[in-house]
Amino acid sequence: MFKTNLRSLIASRKFSSGNNKQVNGAYDVIIAGGGMVGCTLACALGKRALLSNLKVLLLEGNPSSEFRVKPEYSNRVVALNQNTKSLMNSLEVWEHVEKMRLQPVRYMQVWDACSDALISFSSSDLQDDDVAYIVENDVLLCAIDKELKSSNIKNVDIVYGAKISGYDLPKINDTKMESTVKMSNGDTYKCQLLIGADGANSAVRKAMGVQYLSWNYDQMGVVATLHLSEATENTTAWQRFLPTGPVALLPLDSTRSSLVWSTTHSHAKELLKLPEEQFVDALNDALWKQYPRRSVVDTCTSWVGSCLRRAGLADGAERQLPPSIRAVAPSSRAAFPLAFGHSTRYIAPGIALVGDAAHRVHPLAGQGVNLGFGDVKDLTDFFADAIYTGLDITHHTWLEKYESSRQRHNVPTQLAIDALYRLYSLDIAPLVLARSVGLQLTNALYPVKKMIMSQATT
Amino acid sequence: MESRTKLFNAFNINVFKRLHGFCNFSAINVKKCLMHGSPSCAQQNQKKTNTTVDPEDVYRHGQLTKDWWDEQGVLKGLHSLNLIRIPFVRDGLVQCSLDERDPTPLKDKKILDVGCGGGILSEGLAKLGASVTGIDAGKDLIELATEHSKNNPKLANNLPSYFCTTVEEHSQERKDYYDAVVASEVIEHVYNKEIFVKACVETLKPGGKIFVTTPNRSRITQILGIYVAEYVLNIIPRGTHQYDKFMTSPELTFLLERNNCHVELTYGMIYYPFSNRWELSKSQLLAFATQAEKLK
Repeated sequence: MFKTNLRSLIASRKFSSGNNKQVNGAYDVIIAGGGMVGCTLACALGKRALLSNLKVLLLEGNPSSEFRVKPEYSNRVVALNQNTKSLMNSLEVWEHVEKMRLQPVRYMQVWDACSDALISFSSSDLQDDDVAYIVENDVLLCAIDKELKSSNIKNVDIVYGAKISGYDLPKINDTKMESTVKMSNGDTYKCQLLIGADGANSAVRKAMGVQYLSWNYDQMGVVATLHLSEATENTTAWQRFLPTGPVALLPLDSTRSSLVWSTTHSHAKELLKLPEEQFVDALNDALWKQYPRRSVVDTCTSWVGSCLRRAGLADGAERQLPPSIRAVAPSSRAAFPLAFGHSTRYIAPGIALVGDAAHRVHPLAGQGVNLGFGDVKDLTDFFADAIYTGLDITHHTWLEKYESSRQRHNVPTQLAIDALYRLYSLDIAPLVLARSVGLQLTNALYPVKKMIMSQATT
Repeated sequence: MESRTKLFNAFNINVFKRLHGFCNFSAINVKKCLMHGSPSCAQQNQKKTNTTVDPEDVYRHGQLTKDWWDEQGVLKGLHSLNLIRIPFVRDGLVQCSLDERDPTPLKDKKILDVGCGGGILSEGLAKLGASVTGIDAGKDLIELATEHSKNNPKLANNLPSYFCTTVEEHSQERKDYYDAVVASEVIEHVYNKEIFVKACVETLKPGGKIFVTTPNRSRITQILGIYVAEYVLNIIPRGTHQYDKFMTSPELTFLLERNNCHVELTYGMIYYPFSNRWELSKSQLLAFATQAEKLK
């Protein structure tokens, strides 16, 4: 009740004269950005008993909207790993997702268009746990939102349609650590800790003035919702590396899958313009077409395959065939740019970055948002630890712990994904040979594969 | 010259200790004082037998009031020590699973912080909900501690109460009163450790806990903890520590056990001066933390 009052109060302020300089609220934590990661963080700060004394404000740029599950699937989906699932479970968000819709991935096959090499991940490798879950962004957001607005959470205020005009961050040597968030309507909010969850173009990060290492990939991601030719169980995720970039099918239900097709800018634009039927043809080509092979590579991979077979290891010859596509859902096609980004610092006195604000990766491994949820998990754990030790959440020791623990996980993952992108973006014989044999060996050697899976699920 | 006397002095104690075993503390104290060449010795000796407070140490610490709460200042090692000594005290008093934790685990616990100084530890414990009493022999420090706690909004309604007194006086008023007594980085400044520990234990309820952290008396601490830290690295104010007042962990254990306590735990502590970080460790070479329970 109090919360709704406050919300309406904030809303009414917007219409009052915008020239008052007074502070509209003082908070312990302000989260700038109400995307999936920002909302999850707000939810986690509300749910943890140790953190329930913190006053939290979530600033979201978009207006509040009611979401209802529609029969059509949205074209923006995420693949969530087991770690994200357990985080969402602990926040009681997962049950809402399950009530709406999600599709488990039990098997994943990744293969090279330029050779016979293949790698597969199966739930049997994970003690029968699902490899991943495909969830629409909207569904996940709605589930988090439901929990965020539930009566269990009393310490989180939300401002929708928030337009932030600037930040006053604490100076170094400032004894009083306090950030001020200025809104374009004249409101200001003060906080002890400002969290930048405002995406790849983070304004908080820019205000921090930290170094941001980034480069654009010469690719766009084309997304769409697809109808398969025939109904199957459809719990397999498919990815084929083409010389122009990987094309991936993520299962949605028995007859539908979601497409993430990374390809050159010009090709992506062309694909968006194509009539639906021709688009489907181009896609089926991408999944099925035989690319010119090199006999050297083929000889080597078949030799390695036979060696592995003799040693009793998986030779990668048993492959499953991807489904063929019947149609694309009307007006579900879209494209977005792909880039790498790494902020050299995740923290500053009184500030922390989470999610895409701190790191950005190519979607080829479906890791981007999972890294962000990992940030949320670690950050809240460290906050809880700091409070249980009688210290402020802004204590530099804990913020530094957050930064180093996350960078130790995120940076290697990002670099590995970047290396994969580079390895598969060229079609030169020695490179094709090296990656094909490498993929075969990785697939055959269970400990290596397990290592990859554990890095991808934590 | 003075340091050489000290070295000599310390060496003699060590020989003495080896000859006579660990147990006879008062003997060590007397011996130590006899070895002391300074003119004030006789006078100090007099005091030493019936007090715990070293006026010189009180004066020296009183000089630090200005920088006491500067987390990056001369006492930064004491501030960062909070990161391990607060969990040490907390977990010694309360154990609960991850889900049951709340922001005030020490609620309803009465804790005495002996030698509280400016209140670095007292405020930390008060933030966890404990009702803390801080005592110190330095008047300026008690004023500083009182003032600082009033200006700390995070303490809200749970201000520690501070008294300028000694533990032996305090123990007269509050017998069997506290759930815990904490003497963190204090016992190495104390004259008569026998009286000190006895008085600390007296203030405890039966079943209450006493927590002591202190540097170990070893050659390593003499070199690293005193000479290097005070004269080379300048990370501890000069003259803060006197080697011959340090204790070893078995000495402290014996002392506690003789005073009706059961020693439950002893951890080693290691300090990394460049990152200003403390860690609990197996090695008690540099410093140690001891937890004991008063027997019923």
